[in-house]
Amino acid sequence: MRLDKTEISLGLVALACVLFGFVSPGWLIFLLTIALAKALVVQGVVMQMRSGLVSFGQGLFYCIGGYTVGMGGQFFGIHDAIAALSLGMFVAIVIAMLLGLLLTRYREIFFAMLSLAFSMILFGILVKSQELGSTDGFNVHDWTLFGWAPEAGAGSQHTVFTMTVVAGLIVAVLLHRYTKAGVGVICEAVRENEVRVEYLGLSPRWLLYGNYVAAAAVSALGGGLTALATGHVDPEMAYWTTSGEFVFIALLGGLGHVAAPFIAAIVFSFVRTYAIEFVPHTWQMILGFTLLAVIIFLPKGLWSLVSREKTGERA
Amino acid sequence: MTCILETRSLNKEFGAVIAAKDLNVQINKGEVVGVIGSNGAGKTTFINMVTGYLKPTRGEILFNGKSIMGHSPRAITRAGMARSFQVAQLFPEMTVLDNLIVALAAAESARPSFLSPLRSDARIARAEEILKEFGVENYRDSLVTAVPQGARKLVDIAMALIGNPQMLLLDEPTSGVSMDEKTGLMDTVMNAVRQHGVTVLFVEHDMDVVERYVSRVLAFYSGEIIADGEPAAVLADQQVRDLVTGHRPTTKQGNGAS
Repeated sequence: MRLDKTEISLGLVALACVLFGFVSPGWLIFLLTIALAKALVVQGVVMQMRSGLVSFGQGLFYCIGGYTVGMGGQFFGIHDAIAALSLGMFVAIVIAMLLGLLLTRYREIFFAMLSLAFSMILFGILVKSQELGSTDGFNVHDWTLFGWAPEAGAGSQHTVFTMTVVAGLIVAVLLHRYTKAGVGVICEAVRENEVRVEYLGLSPRWLLYGNYVAAAAVSALGGGLTALATGHVDPEMAYWTTSGEFVFIALLGGLGHVAAPFIAAIVFSFVRTYAIEFVPHTWQMILGFTLLAVIIFLPKGLWSLVSREKTGERA
Repeated sequence: MTCILETRSLNKEFGAVIAAKDLNVQINKGEVVGVIGSNGAGKTTFINMVTGYLKPTRGEILFNGKSIMGHSPRAITRAGMARSFQVAQLFPEMTVLDNLIVALAAAESARPSFLSPLRSDARIARAEEILKEFGVENYRDSLVTAVPQGARKLVDIAMALIGNPQMLLLDEPTSGVSMDEKTGLMDTVMNAVRQHGVTVLFVEHDMDVVERYVSRVLAFYSGEIIADGEPAAVLADQQVRDLVTGHRPTTKQGNGAS
């Protein structure tokens, strides 16, 4: 497999992140793990945005990934992290294959609201499920990695951070290729002119369907990693504000590069953490102003700062 | 001659408005047919029905002897009937080259790859050949929004031809194009069409273009076909002159650029 410049750069950044993990404090490792896991969910949102669809319900797959990891350990004796994450992705794919049949018939606000509706249905089901802890959720069972059980606390935190970085790297490389491959480019063509795509003999609906299912798998991986990192899952993962957060991060980063959601998720996490720390009663306002500033001054997201620098363009 | 496209009693009603009334048309392989008519005569409705964009209210459409009624546009395209549009339908945020590369990938397979790069060397080389064939190689790396209308029309038609269709339907290929560009555009298109051996049906308002390029004319008026025949005969028809073309000077004989 030949790697291009972007893929090599992504690999070097991932390596730097893993090394950084050995010297950074636990709170930072945890913050970065959650940010990177959420960035994976955002990658799912971005994949759909590139095809012209905005999902306000990506929390559905985030939650499915998280709950499958949690339930796998609690009820089915699946303690291996890789197996649990894979199962989470598999369940998300199956559910996306069913929901996608309906959702990909819709566009624009109808798609956005329907995706939100399914996410809220899951939220409602989980809230009513006493066996799954209702609104409190439940704790994720101690997990292993190929039979090795990381030490509780810092050891576990560092392991899940490394796993998240590696998962992020694999997803980033695959998505980098996907955005340049047939389905990825033609999904963008669907966004630009669905009629022309149809008259080239392609089915926009099936392209969007494939994209929707792939996005679900990526988002479920993010949910599963979050569950491993926090050791807990609850119905909030499917709540509409969680899905809104993913759209927020997607807009913050922009669609320009596969690295943008990772950068945006980290910036978002830091802004939120420090806003809560210093202005606990108005942190949402700080986030609002941040998004407002990005939309006004960087309509193509934070990544446009990097791309401008590359092309020598100035604002 | 072998019939490639046939419509039988094709009707389209939009509520009380009858946009197409009992259209019985037979197009033979290799013909270049012009469709004329004033605005609202049903020309575009006819093309839209035949290419699956609009569902007819009644009637039947046969392509190569097989019914294509109710088929999706993509199924009809895959069956060998392509079209271009009155307003060029392109991907505005892509370059001209990338528009053609997308069309090439679509022509190669109905199931594009998830991981193989779309911009392969072979596709780039083929797209560059097509750019030259259509005389738009200067716009290779321009976004289509930055390209003149005539060039955009050519790219639109080139994309339709990439799949090697048996029949090509052009909806007003010279609309929005300057008088100077019209002949050049149509010559380019007709050269490409001849090379591909494609049957052509095109809607056109410019009677000079019609006379110059077609072997047969269908004249539409109020959803019906009021004349069907050789250009000279149709354009000289009194009813056509009254209802479609107005009283033009004497018609020239089609000079066979088609």
